[in-house]
Amino acid sequence: MRIACPHCGPRDVQEFSYLGDATPQRPDGMDATAAAMADYVHQRDNPAGSHRELWYHGAGCHAWLVVTRDTRTHAIAAVETMAQARAGAPA
Amino acid sequence: MSASTQPFRRDQGGLIDRNRPLSFQFDGRRYQGFDGDTLASALLANGVRLVGRSFKYHRPRGILSAGPEEPNALVELRSGARREPNTRATVTELFEGLEASSQNRWPSLAFDLLSVNSLLGPALQAGFYYKTFMWPASFWEKLYEPLIRRAAGLGRAAGLEDPDHYEKAFAFCDVLVIGGGPAGIAAALEAGRSGARVIICDEDSQFGGRLLAERREIDGRSAMEWLSAALAELASLPDVTIMPRSTVFGVYDHGVYGVVERVTDHLAVPPPHQPRQRSWRITARRAVLAAGAIERPIVFAGNDTPGVMLAGAVRSYLNRYGVLPGREAVVFTAGDDGWTTARDLAAAGARVAAIVDPRAELDAGLTALAAQIGARVFAGSVVCAASGGRALTEIAIRDASQREHKLACDLLAVSNGWNPTLHLTSHQNTRPVWNDAIHAFVPGAMPAGLSVAGSAAGRFSLADALADGTRLGREAAADSGFDSAAEPASPSTDPEGLAIAPVWRVKGGRGRLVAGKAFVDFQNDVTDADIELAAREGFKPVEHLKRYTTLGMATDQGKTSNIAGLAIMAEQTGQTIPQTGTTIFRPPYTPVAIGALAGHHRGRDFRPTRLSPTHSWSQNQGAVFIEAGAWMRAQYYPRPGETDWLTSVNREVLAVRNGVGICDVSTLGKIDIQGADAVDFLERVYCNGFRALPVGKARYGLMLREDGFVMDDGTTSRLAETHFLMTTTTANAGKVMQHLEFCHQVLWPGLDVRLVSVSEQWAQAAIAGPKARLVLQGVVDAEHDICNEAFPYLAARAVTVGGGIPARLFRISFSGELAYELAVPAGYGVAMMEALMAAGADHGITPYGTEALGVMRIEKGHVAGNELSGQTTARDLGLGKMMSSKKDYLGRLMAQRAALVEPDRPMFVGFRPVDASQRLRAGAHFIGVGKPATMENDEGYMTSVAYSPVLGHWIGLGLLRNGPQRIGERIRAVDPVRNGDIEVEICTACFVDVEGTRLHG
Repeated sequence: MRIACPHCGPRDVQEFSYLGDATPQRPDGMDATAAAMADYVHQRDNPAGSHRELWYHGAGCHAWLVVTRDTRTHAIAAVETMAQARAGAPA
Repeated sequence: MSASTQPFRRDQGGLIDRNRPLSFQFDGRRYQGFDGDTLASALLANGVRLVGRSFKYHRPRGILSAGPEEPNALVELRSGARREPNTRATVTELFEGLEASSQNRWPSLAFDLLSVNSLLGPALQAGFYYKTFMWPASFWEKLYEPLIRRAAGLGRAAGLEDPDHYEKAFAFCDVLVIGGGPAGIAAALEAGRSGARVIICDEDSQFGGRLLAERREIDGRSAMEWLSAALAELASLPDVTIMPRSTVFGVYDHGVYGVVERVTDHLAVPPPHQPRQRSWRITARRAVLAAGAIERPIVFAGNDTPGVMLAGAVRSYLNRYGVLPGREAVVFTAGDDGWTTARDLAAAGARVAAIVDPRAELDAGLTALAAQIGARVFAGSVVCAASGGRALTEIAIRDASQREHKLACDLLAVSNGWNPTLHLTSHQNTRPVWNDAIHAFVPGAMPAGLSVAGSAAGRFSLADALADGTRLGREAAADSGFDSAAEPASPSTDPEGLAIAPVWRVKGGRGRLVAGKAFVDFQNDVTDADIELAAREGFKPVEHLKRYTTLGMATDQGKTSNIAGLAIMAEQTGQTIPQTGTTIFRPPYTPVAIGALAGHHRGRDFRPTRLSPTHSWSQNQGAVFIEAGAWMRAQYYPRPGETDWLTSVNREVLAVRNGVGICDVSTLGKIDIQGADAVDFLERVYCNGFRALPVGKARYGLMLREDGFVMDDGTTSRLAETHFLMTTTTANAGKVMQHLEFCHQVLWPGLDVRLVSVSEQWAQAAIAGPKARLVLQGVVDAEHDICNEAFPYLAARAVTVGGGIPARLFRISFSGELAYELAVPAGYGVAMMEALMAAGADHGITPYGTEALGVMRIEKGHVAGNELSGQTTARDLGLGKMMSSKKDYLGRLMAQRAALVEPDRPMFVGFRPVDASQRLRAGAHFIGVGKPATMENDEGYMTSVAYSPVLGHWIGLGLLRNGPQRIGERIRAVDPVRNGDIEVEICTACFVDVEGTRLHG
């Protein structure tokens, strides 16, 4: 696979490490219920299709990126920095 | 040079060099071949037709093909450590001194006792593993399996370390052309002329593909002339890279291609500094697949007899290698293509006794050709049996009126049309589709960026190959941003016949001894009867068929057999071939040596090792090193006369406890954290508080994962109001850095904080022991007061050393002694160690390694990697009080889960043997006295042990259910792996200076 890092350009997937779904938002630990936190820590959807996910460019710019990848084909529709992802994130 | 020693070598013709004879050995006999031969062509030139025994039945087998699809002619190549099993003789280039031997025969190739397996046929039919040998169950392991394994099988692995080396390489291009036949060369030329960066790979040593094996014309001249002109132009183009002996074996996502280049496989031994093979990862914007096609055999009784050969392969041996594969030939062809073989055989001086074509109506041009070469024509006929045992002697023809004719011959050339070599097109999980016009599967949906030209697309004519190549080469270059000039005219070619009416199998032939076996898959000994059996027993879906019969498995992956297998199954079920199924292919296209994929990453070079900035100093001190994560760390420093490691370690520990020692701690992770919100950041990543930490002080910090378990620990120092230096364990340095980046970039982007790893920027040494301060005072510049009052326990400040060299001094202690860590820029690391040694000479300063470090931390009950196992909570480790209740931090809520705060979780305590002479073992499990050592009675385990030279006996740390409430009790430490079962006393996890007075001294 190749991931087009917004900072470094297209790079081999070996430079990156994968974390997972980019959608879950960490609840504030002082306010959240245990159930909400457990949900955030453990529950992930596993869609067949488009998936927004976090990758870390550890062998490059050290940026955490949001990669939109089709889990069936590995086709990558978008690679965004966290700032870009937040700016464009659906409400 | 006379070819007289090679009875089947033609006097002229071919691409071999008759002036460069090469001698080689097969099964211990000496032969001669020529430069340009393959092992297969050289064997045929010498009249050697029997080259192996089959997998299950030990049937004599010869050479079927002239390419990578070869299922039969597998040999062990070379000897000793370089012995390589299952090497295809058809793609093994001949070299001087080549040694090869046949496989799977006993005691010899010609006389194989196990060929009686052939007579036991029914016992070895499809599914025999599952049926015949099922009862009694205990016999399987002891009797059946060893027996079957001896009887069935292919080559033997060398069993010795590979003496050659392998490389990995990376390349990038605009257009990758896969295959160096006419289509590939046309594509590479067109793309190369546009200025695009082109790489063209072919698995063969020579470029040209089928042109090398045929007598064709392009643009009115011989195809070989066209080829040499085209190759010369390719070589002249600056951005075209030509890679012979390079197989593109896999298509991966986003235009990444796996390629193995056989750099020196064609030499006896690689020259110095040359790899045997090189595995490439080529990234291409676009690729053109021009891999050609593979000819299909026909299934009939005795079709595996040596001397039955694919018709296209016969032309390769005739025209490329100047070899006559036989003198008395019959051609059995279901299409026009086989007739070309008859023509070429006759031209080379063989007698073509007959041409057998199942088609009733034959083109007048074909019959005229037969008349011209004096071959009898059997139209509407089939070959129903071939016999001869170790070499073909006779075939039986069944004509249109069902009459059988026996003909003597030593070569049967078989042609049943061609399958596009489309393997790479399905590597991204897309399926080939059936094409009725050519009776073959052709590429279906293609991987992104890949297009397919010529025969690989099912467009078999030379004219189509050239036109496709030109068009797709042009398109690929244009897609990469390179436009060609004028639209070129496609080259013209001589005419060729492509008509085909395949016949998948011929029923009812008889061999000499028994009803002749008709083989579908030669390599796995799968017959048509096996497929019928699978159909009868319900294994009809193609996936079941494959697994029940092993059709299409093994090293050739069914390149010559899958289609006939499908056809016979279709016949059994009354379906069409595409209804029956397709085969999709996975990488690799042909077998790839693991060594090539590993490259240099084996043995000591499996992964890189990192050296501390003081490594050379440790070496000079005589250190014994140990791998710690990626690092080489000094384990201990033996002195003359010390014969075992424990003696050295005891000396080092006592030197620290009674005087002073120094230890390199540069490998700890160091992360510089700055910013207005730096302290807020630390508050969230550590479970304990950092807000109140004064400037100039260090504090121990414990980091949890979000799921509540401990992730890492270390000290963090506040160098200025908004400037911190975090340390991590050596092993977790990278992981913690990534985690902190996640916290900052993903969780809390609003915090004004910046992080950078400075692990490699600083060399750091621990100076520990009652005399540590005395030593430091000789190194730290005088203006920095480091007396106990001015620089108390946990002080952390910038200082200078050696007359103005910037340094950092931390009063922290892992050993429990008065101790400091001194850090200097990495380049000063060795100088620092030397200066400390000089300053400490009068105080008996002693270098100590990770072993002594470990002993002292166990004596003090500090947790380390063994305890931070990812399965322990802060509470488990006795650090529960560190978890702040005043703030949110990662892991706070999850650490409160019921199971993580259960009162009887194993918790951290110390252990000493009741009999002080006994040795403790890490990993031992705690079992109550008098109870059986079972899972139910398991109460925890020993995490760390050491011999304490201070106490004079072994001590241990471990996790024990309710441990802290059981101080003074006795329990057993059971270590079944090393037969250990000793009684231990539970104690507090601190064995030396429990009050901590030394720390503050």
